[in-house]
Amino acid sequence: MQRNEMKLEFDSRSCNEGFARVAVAAFMTQLNPTLEEVADVKTAVSEAVTNAIIHAYEGAVRKIVIESRIEEELLTVVVRDTGKGIADVKRAMEPLFTTKAECDRAGMGFAFMEAFMDSLQVESEPGRGTCVTMTKHITREQNKYERQ
Amino acid sequence: MGQYFEVKGTTLFVKLPAEIDHHNAEAMRTEADRILQRSLIRLVVFDFGETVFMDSSGIGMIMGRYKTMRFMGGNVIAVHVNERMRRIMKLSGICKLIDIYDEVPEK
Repeated sequence: MQRNEMKLEFDSRSCNEGFARVAVAAFMTQLNPTLEEVADVKTAVSEAVTNAIIHAYEGAVRKIVIESRIEEELLTVVVRDTGKGIADVKRAMEPLFTTKAECDRAGMGFAFMEAFMDSLQVESEPGRGTCVTMTKHITREQNKYERQ
Repeated sequence: MGQYFEVKGTTLFVKLPAEIDHHNAEAMRTEADRILQRSLIRLVVFDFGETVFMDSSGIGMIMGRYKTMRFMGGNVIAVHVNERMRRIMKLSGICKLIDIYDEVPEK
């Protein structure tokens, strides 16, 4: 598989959460992933986009950007917002930590991203926005045959 | 939206939609709380029979109803949970609080 890239920009409306995860799932199908791998990526994308909508923009309608690329068997997904940012990223990533408990938030967003992807990197600057970078290796026997 | 609320006696059955995310968990939460405030409910049954996707927003919605029910002395269970949903529930720790049954248990 050669390097391949895509970029999406969409409004931070909750109805776009489904669109975003399905779009990334469609993009990754060229890696011939298992259903479980697709479900893992969909969950992680949903968490990152939901964070941007609820926390970064706090319900205001602005733009979320997703960039995704495939290099060999590595899928990278970057979810970026220009919202309020995270003051303490380390604390935000602790399981069960949430600033919106009253809204029934489980505090599991980053924990799910970490669990379902191979790597997770969160860069944030208060007042400037947050950039979440996730990668996942998609390896299947069939991929290897296709390259030969 | 596809999900479905039904009250039978003191049991509230919630038929969950195919996908549970922040977008539709909000509406489910509002409707469930409206019923819980209006009628005497002792047991909430979340039916995952048609659910193929759930993220942490779904976990938050279920956890919130669990807290309400425990506060009122009631209980919450889950039925028809597939492998994927089981994994999500295990990962979030929610399956330590909510019992999972293959079918709705007879009283």
